[in-house]
Amino acid sequence: MNHILPLFIAIPLGSAFFMLIMAKLWRRSAGPIAFLASLCLVVFSVSIIGREAGIYRMGNWPPPWGIVLVSDGLSTLLLLTISIIGFLAIVFSLQYMDRYTSKPKFYALFMLLVAGMNGVVLTGDLFNLFVFLEIASIASYALVAFGCEHEELEASFKYLILSGVASTFILLSIAILYSLTGTLNMADVSRTISGMGSNSAVLFSTALFIAGFGLKAALVPFHPWLPDAHPAAPAPISAMLSGVLIKALGVYVLTRLIFNVFGITPLISTILMVLGGLSMVVGGLLAIGQDDLKRMLAYSSISQIGYVVMALALGTPLGIVGGLFHLINHATFKSLLFLSSGAIEYSTDTRKLSQMGGLNQRMPVTTTSAAIGFLSISGIPPLNGFWSKLIIVIALVQAGHYIFASVAVLVSFLTILYFMKVQRNLFFGDLPAKLAKITEVPSLMRISLVVLAIMCLAMGLLYPLLSGTILGPARDVLLEGTAYVHTVFGI
Amino acid sequence: MIIYLLTTVLFVLGLYCLVAKKNIIKKVIGVITMEYAVNLFLILVGYKAGGIAPILTKGASKTEFVAKSVDPLPQALVLTAIVIGLGTVALMVALCIRLYQRYGTFDMSEIRRLRG
Amino acid sequence: MIQEQEGMTLIVKTVGRLVINFILLFGIYIILYGHLTPGGGFPGGVIVATAFILLMLSFGRRTALRTFGDLAASMLDNIGALAFLTVALLGFVGGYFFLNFIGRGTPFQLFSACAIPLSNIAIGLKVSASLYGVFVALAIFGKAIVGRDRTGGESAEREPTDLEEQGR
Repeated sequence: MNHILPLFIAIPLGSAFFMLIMAKLWRRSAGPIAFLASLCLVVFSVSIIGREAGIYRMGNWPPPWGIVLVSDGLSTLLLLTISIIGFLAIVFSLQYMDRYTSKPKFYALFMLLVAGMNGVVLTGDLFNLFVFLEIASIASYALVAFGCEHEELEASFKYLILSGVASTFILLSIAILYSLTGTLNMADVSRTISGMGSNSAVLFSTALFIAGFGLKAALVPFHPWLPDAHPAAPAPISAMLSGVLIKALGVYVLTRLIFNVFGITPLISTILMVLGGLSMVVGGLLAIGQDDLKRMLAYSSISQIGYVVMALALGTPLGIVGGLFHLINHATFKSLLFLSSGAIEYSTDTRKLSQMGGLNQRMPVTTTSAAIGFLSISGIPPLNGFWSKLIIVIALVQAGHYIFASVAVLVSFLTILYFMKVQRNLFFGDLPAKLAKITEVPSLMRISLVVLAIMCLAMGLLYPLLSGTILGPARDVLLEGTAYVHTVFGI
Repeated sequence: MIIYLLTTVLFVLGLYCLVAKKNIIKKVIGVITMEYAVNLFLILVGYKAGGIAPILTKGASKTEFVAKSVDPLPQALVLTAIVIGLGTVALMVALCIRLYQRYGTFDMSEIRRLRG
Repeated sequence: MIQEQEGMTLIVKTVGRLVINFILLFGIYIILYGHLTPGGGFPGGVIVATAFILLMLSFGRRTALRTFGDLAASMLDNIGALAFLTVALLGFVGGYFFLNFIGRGTPFQLFSACAIPLSNIAIGLKVSASLYGVFVALAIFGKAIVGRDRTGGESAEREPTDLEEQGR
């Protein structure tokens, strides 16, 4: 039946502690154990595509007394993203992390991060969501500070304090919801709230959730931790943070709560669209003047998440499909860009754009895949970024929000602008004398980059296949709104 | 009603300590205070005036227990939340020690290499 | 000549010798009776960790590390977590994850409530080992930055190298 669902949480959790024991006996066994565990997760998550929505009762306690794990279209989409990007990041890190010490601890924390994110995506219970959210967050705080240099520690401290306050807001909101409804199961809360009419306590709880999860998703004005934390982390962790964590912890939970638990109202839709629009503009404007490659990529993450949130908050079927497609596209090309920035840093020992130039003569594979990434995020057809941005703009125009649509198009031009600047600095131009002897990166790192670049191309060309199998069911889950209750209670 | 307001006062005090103090250890204490305020709020949600502790002893009758005991679920939630807070604080303190080793100071206004 | 003296004064050491064993016993009692009285894995684990931290505070770092070293703390930590996961996965025997598979037993006895005492023991082991491990790590790292003993005597061996080597 659905017995595979708890394995999504048990396998990474078990492998994390198992590899810490194994690493005392044989020091180099941590990487292969992580590789095997993440491969298992990829296989499992591909095997649950297309199954109909189901629940799994932990310990055979029926809801609402027990905790349930719910797998429907939206969870399947996110699980697939987390597993694939996690697997490719581990393949990249098998050779990249040679520059760092304590590799067993790195892989253990990475597996805990994946376990936490899988738990957030699968659970149907509010407090269980909070616990897995904290597991993933604490693992990410430690991973951001992994190199223990000056800037990494400062970035991690800032991230830790801000995110800790956000978690406090989320717990307060869960406490308020519990005092109103007397239950913690998300479907039961939804049932009880819809019978209560409009209530100012529910509105306050929604506002606290938007503040807390908006910080995890790096919406403006909750974004200041992201431009410090994402560049400071090692490159595979930057790829995981920017590619998956802000989506699984921030955007997914926000849409699940607002669509399925509270029910979307025009007020919340407007608020989220304004926040999304603000993120797009602020992220885009601040990315232009950056000299550090990874910091520029971090600001562009803020900008693209603004696109996703704005499209999802629109609420129309086309808008939701556009938002979800841009979510998985951004996971793909942003992790490709962060991994290639890690490869560039591995070879040239610098991240400053002003000191690079003409790298395509010495590092052809890296620069080609990075170029595909840059073209995708700028929205050049036929790569995947173009299609998702087009769907978002069409959805905005169809719904009558002409201002937001024109802002989206303008920010898309801004994106092209700063990425063209990066490409001019990185690829064209002359190779500086300092960098004359750099070589291509090792083979495992190249494999990750090439696979992600192929995925960018394929996702753009194979959109009808994606739409039928994974995007369509996710959109139906969000559109049915509070009928989520029927999935969980089986009525 | 008044006890919930006092919990909110404690939360705001923790927030003030986090924002206004420059020493990073004091900021950590501010975050701890905020977490405690939310835990206290969560326990008070389950309080019932004149209730007994939710421990079933050998000779007690079940209907009387159900009618009079306070809600045990928030207590289980708070136990978990305290553990999570402990993990977060341990990580914060470890980061403070490492920051002291690198920057030589606990003063936040001097730990400002990242900007822009 | 200054005698290098680890730990605290004689009074603290004498009382510590008497009290630490009782604190340990009390912590184990709270873990084992977690399904009957308030407590359980986590508070009991904290009390057991407190016993060892008291050992380190009153007798000094060297004695405490000889009794319960940081390698042992880290291994017991991982074994406790794996034991908890095993108890959860064994629920599959009964059909569902985390199912109570042993059998309920009569209430209010020590050997009742199927898998709950087992998970309490696993959690108690993990929490005590990891809290003590955190304290040991902070103490060893603190010595690395400060670099001298409390009495101003010479710092003989540099223990941080052990920890860094194990972590590498």
